[in-house]
Amino acid sequence: MKIIVCVKQVPDTSGKVAVNPDGTLNRASMQTITNPDDMNAVEAALKMKDATGCKVIVVTMGPPPAAGMLRELMAMGADEGVLVSAREFGGSDTYATSQILAAAIDTIGVEKDDIVMCGRQAIDGDTAQVGPQIAEKLGLPQVTYAADIQKDGSTVTVKRMLEDGYMTIKAQTPCLLTCIKELNNPRYMSIGGIYATYNKPLETFDYEKLKDHRLIDATTIGLKGSPTNIFKSFTPPQKGAGMMLEGADKATCEQLAGILAKKHII
Amino acid sequence: MDFNLSREHQLIRKMMAEFTENEVKPIAAETDLNSEYPRENIEKLFDLGVMGMCVPKEYGGTGADPLASAICIEELSRQCASTGDIVATHNGLCCDPILTHGTEEQKKKYLPMLTTGHKVGAFALTEPNAGSDASKGQTEAKLEGDHYVMNGSKIFITNGYVADVFVVFAMTDKTKGTKGISAFIVESSFPGFSVGKHEVKMGLHGSPTAEIVFTDCIVPKENMLGREGKGFSIAMQTLDGGRIGIAAQALGIAEGALAEAKEYTKGRVQFGKPISKFQNTQFTFADMELGCEAGRLLTYQAAVLKGQGVRYTKEAAMAKLFCSEHAMKTTTKALQMFGGYGYTKDYPMERMMRDAKITEIYEGTSEVQRIVISANMGL
Repeated sequence: MKIIVCVKQVPDTSGKVAVNPDGTLNRASMQTITNPDDMNAVEAALKMKDATGCKVIVVTMGPPPAAGMLRELMAMGADEGVLVSAREFGGSDTYATSQILAAAIDTIGVEKDDIVMCGRQAIDGDTAQVGPQIAEKLGLPQVTYAADIQKDGSTVTVKRMLEDGYMTIKAQTPCLLTCIKELNNPRYMSIGGIYATYNKPLETFDYEKLKDHRLIDATTIGLKGSPTNIFKSFTPPQKGAGMMLEGADKATCEQLAGILAKKHII
Repeated sequence: MDFNLSREHQLIRKMMAEFTENEVKPIAAETDLNSEYPRENIEKLFDLGVMGMCVPKEYGGTGADPLASAICIEELSRQCASTGDIVATHNGLCCDPILTHGTEEQKKKYLPMLTTGHKVGAFALTEPNAGSDASKGQTEAKLEGDHYVMNGSKIFITNGYVADVFVVFAMTDKTKGTKGISAFIVESSFPGFSVGKHEVKMGLHGSPTAEIVFTDCIVPKENMLGREGKGFSIAMQTLDGGRIGIAAQALGIAEGALAEAKEYTKGRVQFGKPISKFQNTQFTFADMELGCEAGRLLTYQAAVLKGQGVRYTKEAAMAKLFCSEHAMKTTTKALQMFGGYGYTKDYPMERMMRDAKITEIYEGTSEVQRIVISANMGL
């Protein structure tokens, strides 16, 4: 059994956010981090490794410096890294990215017992599309927004956390799960892990390596293969402040019911 | 000559910076206020392989070098000098002498305890009448059959009331002066071992300091560390290494104070502009930065020399002396920048200043460091 975890290096938005005149992120001037939701996916995989001894492979698509991020994830305990990197892949939108990542994951090989894990969404694009698209392109069942994952043989039971409640779903492996921050607290690198990380295998999948895969076509990858065009970027207006009603007495409950009824919520 | 950290050391710094920010910083003020040993964080540091990190893999450690340990202590001390002290003592003053001078049996028994076994270590040399003049210790160990009977007491022992394993120095032959001192590995569970007074200190409130007392304490013969009569030399050698830890701790305190002051002065507006824009503030910052950089180079130099297995006595003393005096200067000046706020417990400056002071005193006072440096100058 192995777990393949897709990760993305993103600008660190907790510090200073630099924006270009056209409204896009000025990535070059910002520090990078591993996408937070992806860290939860890595932690979920490592917990499963702790319990079962399975192998964990971290995969990212990005420029060569993204290899540094993979080394950090291997210092946390991942066994292998795959860096998908080529000029031909640059400028890919979610469609093209998932096309390339699906080809890379398929090249690594997804077997009966395996799981592919992704973060729910990346903090730079916030699309939450790449994970589900990879699942579609690989023909894998998918469960998104995983807040709890249990594996019993080839059955994975996932508690999904949605805006208005939880949903528990069972899926058969191989499958793809997207993970949210409520799933776990990612561990730190360890001293032993750091000393081991540069001795672990890290392979680069370039264009040559993937070009003959069925999903890789000049029209489906990179800038040319990306159907998304950004028309305009802007900061959305802030949502208004919420309203707090205090007390559990009848009058407050009636007031609450009145407000909800007025908004046609009940 | 390459001044860049290796990629492993860079990752260790990043890991410790993250740990310090998320786990140490949030409880540092409380740890100080309540004089509380940061047990949970020490347990986590065991899990992460920081405690006893220089112990080779075959004995449960990670085989890290002294520079890696110094970086960890430096990062922790930026927010909590107590946590830095606990790690420095465990790594430098307990694991290190056992690793360096222990028999294979001692290493096999004690080093796994001090790493994967989560047992905390300590070092017991100082006595009421034997501080800088460590040769005047009164604690005695007499051989009786297959064990030594130890009597006496040690004071100011870091990790004193939490440690399980102590490296203790005692007279085995009073007639021989320093050549009559021997080192022992003593467990807190040995009959006759007890913890005396818990010290109430000016700073380092999270670091548990206590007196330890030996009353006919039974120490197995095989627990002598190194040869009989070699204790004083083991102590001095251990303190050389320990000084790198204290230099790193002091450096971390100075860096932490500098960072706090930078943030504060950029936001504090007086006379119409942030006080960071006044030349007096900027010149003070320049001195602080310069001292931190110089201290870092001295500390890392001593650590690298230790890692290379060459003599580093003078370099460790210079690093410890320079960094501890710089920590005291920097915390004092940084507190001054905060004005009245710096004197309150709403900000960490007064804690950092109190914590900095001990670095000029323990593991050899600044005066002792000057003795060590000048003694190594061929005068």
